[in-house]
Amino acid sequence: MATEVSATHAAHTSTGYDSRKLFMWTFLGSDCLFFGALIATYILYRGRSLTGPYPKDVFNIPYTSVSTFVLLMSSLTMVLTLSAIQRGDMRAFRVWTLATALLGCVFLGGQAFEFTDFVAKGLRPSTNLFGSSFFVLTGTHGTHVGIGVIMLLSLFGFSLTGRIRQESAIYVEMIGLYWHFVDIVWIVIFTLVYLTRV
Amino acid sequence: MATIAQPYAGTYPRPSRWEVIWEWITTVDHKKIAKLYLVTSFVFFILAGIEALIIRLQLARPDERLISAETYNELFTMHGTMMIFLVVMPLGVAFFNLLVPLQIGARDVAFPRLNALSYWIYLFGGILLTSSWLFEAAPNDGWFAYANLTEKTFTPGHNLDFYYVGLQILGISSLIGAINFFVTILNMRAPGMRIMRMPPFTWMVMVTSVLLFTALPVLAVDLILLMFDRAYATNFFNPAKGGEPILWQHLFWLFGHPEVYIMILPAFGIISEILPTFARKPLFGYPVVVLSGAAIGVMGWGVWAHHMFTVGLGAAANSAFATTTMLIAVPTGIKIFNWIATLWGGDLQMKTPLYFALGFIAMFIIGGLSGVTHGIVPADYEQHMTYYIVAHFHYVLFGGALFALFGGIYYWYPKLFGRMLDETIGKWHFWLMLIGFNLTFGPFHMLGLDGMPRRIYTYAANNGWGFWNMVSTIGAFTIALSILVFFWNVYVTSRKPADAPADPWDGRSLEWTIPSPPPEYNFARIPVVHARDPLWHQKLLRRYGRATGNDPLAQEPADEHIHMPPRSFYPIITALGLPLMGYGFIYQQDHKAFWALFAAGIIVLFLGAFGWATEPTE
Repeated sequence: MATEVSATHAAHTSTGYDSRKLFMWTFLGSDCLFFGALIATYILYRGRSLTGPYPKDVFNIPYTSVSTFVLLMSSLTMVLTLSAIQRGDMRAFRVWTLATALLGCVFLGGQAFEFTDFVAKGLRPSTNLFGSSFFVLTGTHGTHVGIGVIMLLSLFGFSLTGRIRQESAIYVEMIGLYWHFVDIVWIVIFTLVYLTRV
Repeated sequence: MATIAQPYAGTYPRPSRWEVIWEWITTVDHKKIAKLYLVTSFVFFILAGIEALIIRLQLARPDERLISAETYNELFTMHGTMMIFLVVMPLGVAFFNLLVPLQIGARDVAFPRLNALSYWIYLFGGILLTSSWLFEAAPNDGWFAYANLTEKTFTPGHNLDFYYVGLQILGISSLIGAINFFVTILNMRAPGMRIMRMPPFTWMVMVTSVLLFTALPVLAVDLILLMFDRAYATNFFNPAKGGEPILWQHLFWLFGHPEVYIMILPAFGIISEILPTFARKPLFGYPVVVLSGAAIGVMGWGVWAHHMFTVGLGAAANSAFATTTMLIAVPTGIKIFNWIATLWGGDLQMKTPLYFALGFIAMFIIGGLSGVTHGIVPADYEQHMTYYIVAHFHYVLFGGALFALFGGIYYWYPKLFGRMLDETIGKWHFWLMLIGFNLTFGPFHMLGLDGMPRRIYTYAANNGWGFWNMVSTIGAFTIALSILVFFWNVYVTSRKPADAPADPWDGRSLEWTIPSPPPEYNFARIPVVHARDPLWHQKLLRRYGRATGNDPLAQEPADEHIHMPPRSFYPIITALGLPLMGYGFIYQQDHKAFWALFAAGIIVLFLGAFGWATEPTE
């Protein structure tokens, strides 16, 4: 009886979960600790800047709310992306992948504009505790979004060459998990940094 | 390209030197990667050991002027940093690599290329960190790099830049490896290999992996804050703008305490493997032993501020952490009692692995006891920043972790290399190391309680510390001699034929069911596990005539196509991007042109990653 046994075939796992998905969940778990430490630093230093500008001097809540909405919508398009590839609808997959990446870029563009606006108002990373903790926290988050955008654009490119097919849905699911995680982190940051202020 | 793993008769041409080098550069085989980790960590062990010997030469006599104070700062910082991140942790990972797939009955880890990536990142990160010596900018503010001495105003030069860049890169290696082994253990166990049937070493790897991927991100953040303070004048540790230097300590020790359990839990696992085999009795209290390991992992998160008792956190905080510190001694003590009970009434086989395991128990008890005394806050006010602390952590890390690792090397050497290390030379190694170790670090207890502070490059003669310092230096060179004896053992053994049997020690776990060294695919048939210590279980069934049906652990070749993951060039390429980025970032602070090096690193990283994603894997 000749059977095909592969060391890397994802068919059978002890937990029943695909190893690649388990990898992404575990990585996101460790990323929680990462953002947790950064957010804790921000909260520690909240209200303790010796000089301004202070949050109330620079924040534009309506503006950042729009930005937040854009990122939240990108999670919706991410879900549609995954749904499309799971059904094998590659055209819809490409549309929604591009849409998600585009929304991510809009978010990043909004962040970039916000950063330059803050600098113009006299807030730099070196200015005070607020500047240091704000720029490092949101900058790290933005870097995560940027990496996500690169992954999405790679998915798009690979689908054009046929390397990403319906069978590759697991990879889209992994990137989707990452993308939703980054979105949830933003919700936490938006709440703690922008909405609940000292 | 897939390898068709079937034995074939006849002769075949010897591989050329280039083919061999290529094979090692592109390997994704966990057993080869284990050898890479083993050899590389010993190279760093020699370097970090030489740093220690120079320290001991400087301190052997009062008012010595062998080296300057500045160089001394670099020496003790690099000795500690290298021993922790480039020696003890990677030696542990060498054993993770060798044993985890074999002990759970798998053919490799869950992500073989990521496994290779972890190694290459370790190698390049270690080279970057160590190269700081060549740039005359070795880290020099202690391995713990307390703020705000580490700010640019107080430590100009690139010493700390090498520190945070090096550790950040090394952290990535360990993080990826931890997730890899965690997924492997959860997902790739052979049929019947339930979690509570896993060998204790693999159990400890599981706990250690969780500690790694939860604690390393906290260090990563701390290093990022330091990087921004130094490179971009942020204020995280700048008191002038309201920053709190103590934030560094909190984040550092939130990582740092789980880190010491990361170093010791694999050693605990090795001891739990060696003692039953050489006492010819099962591990006493297996469920308690493995669950107390898990408890240590969890409780290790609650004790971090015991490194900060003298910083001024206040009586309430100090009391709380003193309590949690006392509590964490309990699961560790439980393990010690279970190990003693394992030996009790056993048929002791006095072989070298057992010597090192017994040495471990004795030395770790001493180190653990001094650790418990640190937990008494007023006592710690006397002990902190003295050699008494240095005694403690060397007893648990050297007398503990390193002795266990050496025991593991003697125990599993035949499995990895197909040869048994020499018993007589092994015993010489053990006794020289045990005596040298105690001569080196025993006196530190006295010196510390007599008031000798840490991190001083010399001391006046009228302190009365000269005698014990000289004894310690003699001990240090005795350790060095014992290491040479070990290398002699390795050399002598390499001249012998590789004819070790599959099961030289009458072992209990799955790695002893396959040849020494194992074939590339490990198991011809994936075993079916029916009990803890599956090999002993099967041997006993056979001895008492209860074996029914086919042997579930039999390794006659099955009529199946075994498909092993193909080799890959991309892990080493991807890894190469990181040191390029690292050097680029360190030196762009001097000349903007170095951003090109940083950018080149990013490009190499992406090229490696894209090649990786697009290469065939079947």
